[in-house]
Amino acid sequence: MYAFTYHRPDTVRQAAGLLARKDDAKIIAGGHTLLPTMKQRLASPGALVDLGGVPELKGIERKGRGLIIGAMMTHAEVAESAAVQEAIPGLAALAANIGDPHVRHRGTIGGSIANNDPAADYPAACIAMGAIIVTNKRKIPAEDFFQGMFGTALEEGEIVTKVAFGIPSRSAYAKFRNPASRYALVGVYVAKRGGEVRVAVTGAGASGVFRWTAAEEALKKRFAPKSLEGVKADPSGLNSDIHADAEYRAHLINVMARRAVEAALGK
Amino acid sequence: MSATGIGASVRRKEDHRFITGAGRYTDDINRPDQAHAYFLRSPHAHATINRIDATKAMAMPGVLAVLTGADLEADKIGGLICGWMIHSKDGSPMKAGPHPALAQGKVRYVGDHVAVIVADTYAQARDAAEAVVVDYTVLPAVVDTATATKSKTVIHDVAPDNTVYNWHLGNKDETEAAFKAAAHVVKLDLVNNRLAPNPMEPRAALGVYDKGEDHYTLYTTSQNPHVARLVLSAFIGIAPENKLRVIAPDVGGGFGSKIFIYAEETVCVWAAKKVGRPVKWNSDRTEAFLSDAHGRDHVTHAELALDANGKMLGLRAHTIANLGAYLSTFSSSVPTYLYAPLLSGQYNIPAIYAEVDAVYTTTAPVDAYRGAGRPEATFVVERLVEKAARQIGMDPARFRQINYITKFPHQTPVIMCYDAGNYNASMKKALEIADYKGFPKRRREAERRGKLRGIGFSSYIEACGIAPSAAVGSLGAGVGLWESAEVRVNPVGTVEILTGSHSHGQGHETTFAQLVSDRLGVPLEAVSIVHGDTDKVQMGMGTYGSRSGAVGMSAISKALDKVIAKGKKVAAYVLEASEKDIDFKDGKFSVKGTDKTLDFGSCALQAYIAHKFNGQDLEPGLKEGAFYDPTNFTFPAGVHIAEVEIDPDTGVTTVVNWTAVDDFGVIINPMIVEGQVHGGIAQGIGQALLEGVIYNKDGQLVTASYMDYTMPRADDLPSFKVGMTTTACPSNPLGIKGCGEAGAIAAPPALINAITDAVGHEDVAMPATPKVVWRAAQKAVSKMAAE
Repeated sequence: MYAFTYHRPDTVRQAAGLLARKDDAKIIAGGHTLLPTMKQRLASPGALVDLGGVPELKGIERKGRGLIIGAMMTHAEVAESAAVQEAIPGLAALAANIGDPHVRHRGTIGGSIANNDPAADYPAACIAMGAIIVTNKRKIPAEDFFQGMFGTALEEGEIVTKVAFGIPSRSAYAKFRNPASRYALVGVYVAKRGGEVRVAVTGAGASGVFRWTAAEEALKKRFAPKSLEGVKADPSGLNSDIHADAEYRAHLINVMARRAVEAALGK
Repeated sequence: MSATGIGASVRRKEDHRFITGAGRYTDDINRPDQAHAYFLRSPHAHATINRIDATKAMAMPGVLAVLTGADLEADKIGGLICGWMIHSKDGSPMKAGPHPALAQGKVRYVGDHVAVIVADTYAQARDAAEAVVVDYTVLPAVVDTATATKSKTVIHDVAPDNTVYNWHLGNKDETEAAFKAAAHVVKLDLVNNRLAPNPMEPRAALGVYDKGEDHYTLYTTSQNPHVARLVLSAFIGIAPENKLRVIAPDVGGGFGSKIFIYAEETVCVWAAKKVGRPVKWNSDRTEAFLSDAHGRDHVTHAELALDANGKMLGLRAHTIANLGAYLSTFSSSVPTYLYAPLLSGQYNIPAIYAEVDAVYTTTAPVDAYRGAGRPEATFVVERLVEKAARQIGMDPARFRQINYITKFPHQTPVIMCYDAGNYNASMKKALEIADYKGFPKRRREAERRGKLRGIGFSSYIEACGIAPSAAVGSLGAGVGLWESAEVRVNPVGTVEILTGSHSHGQGHETTFAQLVSDRLGVPLEAVSIVHGDTDKVQMGMGTYGSRSGAVGMSAISKALDKVIAKGKKVAAYVLEASEKDIDFKDGKFSVKGTDKTLDFGSCALQAYIAHKFNGQDLEPGLKEGAFYDPTNFTFPAGVHIAEVEIDPDTGVTTVVNWTAVDDFGVIINPMIVEGQVHGGIAQGIGQALLEGVIYNKDGQLVTASYMDYTMPRADDLPSFKVGMTTTACPSNPLGIKGCGEAGAIAAPPALINAITDAVGHEDVAMPATPKVVWRAAQKAVSKMAAE
């Protein structure tokens, strides 16, 4: 790790000010990607702006048909929240299965989506439920927010403050873990809201999270695992690595989608 | 059996300090004014070094030195050695290329040592390393084991076709005749995947130089500090033995990888004098993946010949063994004398012939890793045997039983003379524990749930307790493989055992003390085990190859015999009786036919105060030493049965049942032995299902962290059902065979046999990851659909 200065602001405003003033400043939330990268000397920010002391970034609130989660809520807090469990049990279950207990007590929802790791779990939930990513500057629909591997719509100095989910009637996430890292090798979030069904896939795509529209069409007709039989994901554009080639990933997308539908139906 | 003696499941004495954070590992040892080393490593698999410019680095804050291979050469520091000479079929010696601790002219794998930067802090050393400019000419990488000899790229000038040796064992003509006469021939191509050892504690070193005494001390993570001192003194030339102390304090796991004498510790102890300050190095996990000696990496074609009744007639195998870029300390012996002599397995095979071609590649050196050669042999034999049973349509347990060796001693065609065993007893017990009869029902039940269920056997044998010194000497070993012990009885009867064995997790402080408690009748608390320090302990050979029980404890036993004999002499004077009338039992010397006794502690006191005897007739004191040289290898053996369920949708293999029945001879501490079995099986399951070192075609290590290298986790493993059978080992005084490697040897073929049983064909490579098994299961599913 190279030397850097450390700042711990109390407000989002102060945090944004620090980002604007300090050369080469980076936000740190849970630090689960940033710190290992810094330790490997692959990242060398001049300053870290820690959002851990910003109260306005905490909290979970149900508002009508929406659920709003503060950016600095840890995975454990989301998983254990009665409001999340009641409104979107699929999301609580997703959070409960991120990494391990250490990760879940440090890692945050805001950090996860701002980093947009192609194998992260939350981006699939955001896309499937049409979440709105709220920043200190604006509101961004999830589909505009995630822009390829590690890419987002965030501009310089822009800070994710909240994530607002529309509450689906049914939803669930199924994940096939990378045997080594236990990140999502393939993760599929399926959400049904009224007549609309969305199927979002993480871990598999070479350019990050994406919607599997063929599955959505099939599930719109009938929301049941059987509807996905014979619906094949296209292996082109999927990752190939030592753990899974594109063909295997394409196959797993179907399997995980079916399992997510089963879970959403409470089977 | 006493509560603390041989056979008692005494809780481990050492664990209190380990689990309360009071262990003292190399990195816990710090010297005032110590400096820190950072190794600049090669980013290329293969390159010539044209120039190293450290001018800028030397000027950076805190930097004390930037040392390279040229500095080693100037100080006449020799290269690292390989201590086992193997001769090729044509009689020529193996082709050992130079192995400098810091590169001299060339780098040969990613992670090879280019320079060391010593600075006040680790961070400064690492910063400075980035300022060292190295001008490389990159050469092609040679990565693939099977085709290394066909590459036009020469890694070492002494080995123009990248061949280290072409070795063979057994009788070619007799074996060919057996195959000619065979009713069935079973053929199999196998890859034994390369593994990274991953001890919990990475390697570390602290080199200290005392200018006043012209004396060096090296604290290091070693399984055999005396061997390290011998090599550093006699071959590398750091300092004479009396001027070099090697201390291996608490060591957090080794699995073989800490046997070897590596570049880093060599450089730290040498650099301590160069910079005039102690020099510390602690490996990070990626450095461990890059530079700890790897294990396995064989490509084998094997064949088994059977007569019409299924009796084995002959076995032949051709193996290509990847030894990496340099010959590590004992690397040459692993695919030869630790491998081919085990190809007879537990079976009566009249003719065996094995050929082994060892090759250089531009990858990390490969050397002994838990089991060392024997897992590779067992994988060949047990996969072949399972396939043979399937091919001739015989039950795999039955097929093994009709071919088991039943008369002992048994001379195999490949060196080994098995001294004792009862293989059928282990098989019977294993079949019972595993409820083998109930398997078809369990399989049908699984099928109803859409799962493929399979069962697989491994009837393994290994050779432990290495080894008779003259025998290994005749096979090329550069050292003898005896062990030493000293028993120091203190004046009030407490006991210190100085042993050449080294514990790095095995629990010697408990088991060795149990032996002493058993023999001398003293409480466990009165016994201390001293190891791991060349200044305290007499020359010893260390711990590897499951030898500490069979060889190390036999040395202690021999020294205890001498202590008891001396004690009898003392007691005879004190009790005013004839020495031949003195008995020793349960911690008391007594005079036959009388009620006169002398307890062990009082005897010790009498030996030291020496009032009751004339010092000219009997030397005062009670301290005895022994060197024990084994008369044979020991042959632990057993049967493991794996049962798996495969989800054909995802390829996930779940190990649902595991039965292990082992014959380790006499057992000192059943709890510790069971722990060794568990750990070994976990590593074996790791090899079979999860682990694999992967280099890409450019020689870059793809699996350089836990993000990509899969270690077994608790939820990958079932609860093991462990059983024991016992035939005492006749080749050592305690009847011990050894247990440290059995699980890692037995497990991989059992598991792959179970998976291939489940999918119905042999085409499943290790590691059988979900990706591999999904593909294999597709064939099974389409076959099921077609039927």
